Amino acid sequence: MPSFKFVLLTIIGCGVVTWLSRILPFVLLKKFSLSKAVVEYLSFVPVVIMSALWFSNLFTQHLGHLPELNVNNLLASMPRVVSAIISKNLLVIVLVGLLSLAAIRLLGW
Amino acid sequence: MNDKLDSLTAFKETLPTAFGYVGLGVTFGIVGRATGFSPLVVLLTSIIIYAGSAQFITVSMLAVGSPLLSIVFATFLVNARMILLSTTLAPYFKKNKMSENILVGTLLTDESFVLGMNKLNFTDHHLSFAWFNTANVVAYLTWAISSFVGALLGNFIPDPQKFGLDFAIVAMFIGLLYLQIITDRSLPRMLQLLMVGITLVLIYLGFIFIPSNILILVVTVVGCGIGVVIKHAFF
Repeated sequence: MPSFKFVLLTIIGCGVVTWLSRILPFVLLKKFSLSKAVVEYLSFVPVVIMSALWFSNLFTQHLGHLPELNVNNLLASMPRVVSAIISKNLLVIVLVGLLSLAAIRLLGW
Repeated sequence: MNDKLDSLTAFKETLPTAFGYVGLGVTFGIVGRATGFSPLVVLLTSIIIYAGSAQFITVSMLAVGSPLLSIVFATFLVNARMILLSTTLAPYFKKNKMSENILVGTLLTDESFVLGMNKLNFTDHHLSFAWFNTANVVAYLTWAISSFVGALLGNFIPDPQKFGLDFAIVAMFIGLLYLQIITDRSLPRMLQLLMVGITLVLIYLGFIFIPSNILILVVTVVGCGIGVVIKHAFF
């Protein structure tokens, strides 16, 4: 776990870039507009980064070799996908995810 | 929803969406706490970054010891959609003061944006500073308070790892990914599903030679480029 100072600096850095993303278009719009290519590139960000964060939790890294599959996390992912499709509610998906991984760990797999 | 653009009307129209914030905010608080952060850090994250799903990314990258710049860049990439939202919204406030424009932009969020786009249909395509700022402030306060409450609740959950709370953040991404795919009309659904598969391949292969703390960033930058190429070649 990093130091409080590092965490605070990171939060402020993230806050500044997020704030700029929010206000700069309001300030600059009269003069400039984003190129079509940039808008198109950015449209892929949400789906790719969310997939990346999910899948990176399904493997354990061994540099220089193929990664090892984390079976517990893969099993726990299944009820989440199903609950996402059924409920379309983030809180429900997270609770189902918690219960399923707890069940897997308590059963000692 | 009606054609009035005063603060009280905005307050009434924003309350139902605030309930949605409470669930997500409390969840963020619990997850942040389970990941090992204090309620103060959770609160600061919500107040300073104020970016829903991006905060989960910030916290999870902090927890695995990612370098500062790669966390900031990843948060920027995830939030880059705010550029699109504020670009769409800004023309409606063209005649307002610069200070009002900056305030609306500062507290702009996905939900107030969607609410505002709905409101346009009732007001002959007009928005007021009073209406939008109130919607923004209600959302902001609800988010800050509920994530802090979640972090405090997290204190009372012993040994969160045993209950899988450490993996709760991944459930959140699975949920957000699904909601993203079913609601985002800017990309064809088949293309979005294809991107999920391509990302899986990139992550798997990337694990061989790219350190895990910068892998997500590299995969995102490369994956979006591949997406653009595929879109032009096949869609």
